[in-house]
Amino acid sequence: MMSGTVTTLAVLFIVFYLFKESLGLFNMTPVEDSYSVLVNKNNPVKKLSAQQIKLVFDQEITNWKQLGGNDAEIELFRTEDISNYYSEDEIGKNFEHLAQRINEHIEKHRGIIAFVASEYEMKNAASVPLSVDKITLLELMKGKEWFPTAQPAAQFGVLPLLMGTLLVSLGAILLALPFGIAAAIYLAEIADTRFRNIAKPLIELLAGIPSVVFGFFGLVVIVPMVQQWFNLPVGETALAGSIVLGIMALPTIITVSEDALHNTPRSMKEASLALGANKWQTILRVVIPYSISGITTAVILGIGRAIGETMAVLMVTGNAAVIPHSILQPVRTIPATIAAELGEAPFGGLHFKALFFLGCVLFLITMIINFIVELISPKRRIER
Amino acid sequence: MNYEFKKRLKQNIAFWLLRIFTFSVLIILFVILGFIVKKGIGVISWEFLTEMPKDGMTSGGIFPAIVGTLLLVLGSMLVAFPIGIMSGICMSEYVKDGFIKRFVTVMTNNLAGIPSIVFGLFGMEFFVNELKWGDSIIAGSFTLGLLAIPIVIRITEESLKSVSKTFREASMALGATKLQTTYKVVLPIAMPNIVTGLILSLSRVSGETAPILFTVAAYFLPKLPNSIFDQVMALPYHLYVISTSGTNIEASRHMAYGTALVLIIIVLMFNLLANWLRKYLSRKVKMN
Repeated sequence: MMSGTVTTLAVLFIVFYLFKESLGLFNMTPVEDSYSVLVNKNNPVKKLSAQQIKLVFDQEITNWKQLGGNDAEIELFRTEDISNYYSEDEIGKNFEHLAQRINEHIEKHRGIIAFVASEYEMKNAASVPLSVDKITLLELMKGKEWFPTAQPAAQFGVLPLLMGTLLVSLGAILLALPFGIAAAIYLAEIADTRFRNIAKPLIELLAGIPSVVFGFFGLVVIVPMVQQWFNLPVGETALAGSIVLGIMALPTIITVSEDALHNTPRSMKEASLALGANKWQTILRVVIPYSISGITTAVILGIGRAIGETMAVLMVTGNAAVIPHSILQPVRTIPATIAAELGEAPFGGLHFKALFFLGCVLFLITMIINFIVELISPKRRIER
Repeated sequence: MNYEFKKRLKQNIAFWLLRIFTFSVLIILFVILGFIVKKGIGVISWEFLTEMPKDGMTSGGIFPAIVGTLLLVLGSMLVAFPIGIMSGICMSEYVKDGFIKRFVTVMTNNLAGIPSIVFGLFGMEFFVNELKWGDSIIAGSFTLGLLAIPIVIRITEESLKSVSKTFREASMALGATKLQTTYKVVLPIAMPNIVTGLILSLSRVSGETAPILFTVAAYFLPKLPNSIFDQVMALPYHLYVISTSGTNIEASRHMAYGTALVLIIIVLMFNLLANWLRKYLSRKVKMN
């Protein structure tokens, strides 16, 4: 007999491979292996963080003093700039003298910071490679920029993606909640059996529509609608994502909370009615309080579904990896980032590992959600 | 009297609000379905269903995508059903209540709760790279199958649990072993529910996009696969491609409507088949 341990094994397997790939991230520097960042050997600054390097190359930091060095202008240098200083003959037809020339150039300019391919880096020369801080968990979690292909130092800040995911999911739940709960109450307590028997399969059908179809519908209907309503330059916003996800979360919320409401013991309802309460009072004061843990479970499951949803969100939220300030801005969620970027990320590289790290974050979020559901689900409730 | 009136008024208002909300949920469903049917029905023709995509996917048909999706459904079925059904039987009939059962149930729920994109990541890392299957039908089938396993387990377990204890006791009292009881008595009674659930799980698998993105789906591949190590096109991914990143999005829009409609029809057919089979099989079981 096959035992039920298959699922346990599968979960462990998934955990193992996700974490194996993403933990590799922490032993790497954010500069790709085949490149180096060089400075003049007399420069007292020997160590920079990825973010500092980015600011330097974006010319936001222009003086070494800001980085704890001498008071000197920072001169940026990339390999291709060499042609501004040396003639083709000096560099050599096949770039055979390139390393030499770069070395000379760095020796002459004290304030230089050079980003060159490692093969042009000379040992024991006038230049020393700058050591770049290794990627740390803290930096990943609080980094405000997700810019995985940035040169020289890739930026892997998870914060904007996390915020985007939470914003879209919470918006979705807020939109879906009134409809979901209302429909659940109506179906469980008020509607007659005939209507119930028609409506329930229909709602289950809504759950069966593939997410990519929801995404497509969102793209051609909801996105233009949002754009028109709020007079926006683009309709692909967090709000559009929330609406689509809200619709997708509806069946989960309705079926789970309807089940919970339906399980209220008849005797309780009858006791309330016998005391002179009418149906609405009974629902409000007896049925809902009795099934509140089931309803909460439904809501959390709905949030879980929204957080993990990939395709629909990818298609309607505009995918801008910035920290959202309003619900009318494009955002990018964690699953959408994985789906959009994994195809382009070189296998086993920094970017690839960073996407697996995102997978881990997503996995942990859903684990926590499952755990909460397990804790509050009505099965374990002590009889009152 | 005034209090009674207020009470009734409140109830009426509340009930009307609830009714409006409920109907708007159904209206949303009908709007989505109606919109896609209306826009897509004109596109669907025999050629659309049986031809290869042409002119940068702006005309022609979606035949390879349909075949690809059916192959993937079949493949994931072969992966998920045997393992899932057997674990379900085991969990319901053999494992005693206690720590182990609780642990496995929690793990099954966890597996069911993992977002589909994470399955995609895992499938790419393990099936595609670690086992070196490459982007292939087999890698995609295993990834989708893995996604379906918790659903299959849960369905089997629930269906078996709902079989009344008296059947089991009667069978045991006649001297049947536990295995005989399970296969000759409990399974046949639970069969209608199991089959229904299994078909519904297939309908879910057929619409999944995220797990196949990096394990099997081909952007454009105007031929049918020769072996299980070939890539295929698949309907959900095809819809994603032509609606967001095709060569000419405007010109391929009508193709997208058609594809969406075909996808919905497939899902609907699975649902109808499930319902019909449930009725048919439960009648048969009763007659025996």
